Amino acid sequence: MKNSLLSIFFSALFFLACAQQTPSKVKAETPENLNYTTELVVPDMIIPWGMTFLPDGSMLITEKSGELIHFKNGKKTMVTGLPDVYVRGQGGLMDIATHPNYENNGWLYITYASSEGEGDGGNTALIRAKLENDALVSIEKLYKAAPNTKKGQHFGSRIVFDNDGYLFFSIGERGNRDENPQDITRDGGKIYRLNDDGSIPADNPFVNEPGAKKAIYSYGHRNPQGLTKNPFTGEIWEHEHGPQGGDEINIIQKGKNYGWPVISYGINYNGTSFTDITEKEGMEQPLFYWVPSIAPNGFVIVDSEKYPDWKGNLLVGSLKFQYLERLILENNEVVKREKLFEGIGRVRDVVQAPDGTIYISVEGKGIFKIVKK
Amino acid sequence: MKPILLSSAILICFAFFYLNFEGDQYTSQDPLQESIKRGADIYTDFCMNCHLASGEGVANVYPPLANSDYLMKNRKESIHGLKYGQQGEIVVNGKTYNNFMPPPGLGDDEIADVMNYINNSWGNKNTEMVTEAEVASIKK
Repeated sequence: MKNSLLSIFFSALFFLACAQQTPSKVKAETPENLNYTTELVVPDMIIPWGMTFLPDGSMLITEKSGELIHFKNGKKTMVTGLPDVYVRGQGGLMDIATHPNYENNGWLYITYASSEGEGDGGNTALIRAKLENDALVSIEKLYKAAPNTKKGQHFGSRIVFDNDGYLFFSIGERGNRDENPQDITRDGGKIYRLNDDGSIPADNPFVNEPGAKKAIYSYGHRNPQGLTKNPFTGEIWEHEHGPQGGDEINIIQKGKNYGWPVISYGINYNGTSFTDITEKEGMEQPLFYWVPSIAPNGFVIVDSEKYPDWKGNLLVGSLKFQYLERLILENNEVVKREKLFEGIGRVRDVVQAPDGTIYISVEGKGIFKIVKK
Repeated sequence: MKPILLSSAILICFAFFYLNFEGDQYTSQDPLQESIKRGADIYTDFCMNCHLASGEGVANVYPPLANSDYLMKNRKESIHGLKYGQQGEIVVNGKTYNNFMPPPGLGDDEIADVMNYINNSWGNKNTEMVTEAEVASIKK
């Protein structure tokens, strides 16, 4: 009997410990009238993680399982010469991007999970390479996060260039919440900034900090899988997965701490809380947070003339709810959210092609383009 | 609020006793218990972000693993889903789900462990141990 009383006591305690969450201020709605529809362009893909366009209009698509596909004139060709990809959990072959001056220098940038270096497991790596006759050549290794770990979570990773030609890429905290994101001497839970050849820019925020990873540009992130240049301001915008609730949109600023896991709008997967606070001095507030989580992936800020009514809107894929989310902002505040193409599948990536057409990649299906009805 | 709290507490209390009772049946050398223990860690790392801590899933999005008729009746299909990914409609506890679970990239031994864990958690019970060899025998 004593035992059962004790159990009741602890159960009650557990219930009280279950955290309450404040939902997002703006709820996602079904659009009243949608002027666009989707058209399947590249069929039969498993997890098309990232995609980019070449000057001839052809497309390079990464499959998480470690295949790079060149899609040209309606035909898929496997690109050879990729380094070994460590495929585990959320890790595999991830993002691909072209250099802003690709037409003249031919550099492609790729992030992937790699088991190179010491220790069992893997961590996120960044390379650049050129494409010749559907083979990767002149491969240069630009970054490899350490240490390797067999954890399945949070590899990141997206790549984007800003207007000054700096390369930004993200690495998630690799399932080591309590050590990685707040420590600038450790990899993981960071946005990194490099020169296009992989060298460290002289004015990176932590170049003079002893022991710091000099490539770090901002920290306190959980798992950023959206990184894009705001075409109107030139800023780098990011979104990241929270745990249960607490996905965020942030504008990335040099040397800033985005707070994970000290501050968060999310809770543990078992409903308990890991922090009582959502704000703290010295830590950035998100521009927007999602409660409940949508599991955001892929990020575009529309400036294309092809979608005049979407100009300046954010497009974010939702893996969890299988739609493309459109967020409308006024003065950097989200005022409306729409669920586009509900039920299309797990939207992994969103890209605005050089000709202005917006493409989305959907797991288990393929690449769709968004066209006028 | 209070009666709900009390009845929930009693329910959890009952669950504690049940679990304790279950635990007493095995020694620490029991291969199934060892596999379940390893499987719990794999679950935390690879499965929990969608299926949640008690296998409850997310309504209409991610099917539950707790008290799952699908899991109990479809041993081969479940292993296949973990090994190669799960796509298309499935019916779990009378509800239809249509989503895509990417293959989590686990070794055959790890799939066996996590299967044993989910097969014996949250109201599920299956003492016929899933082995690495059984997982290896399931082809695409």
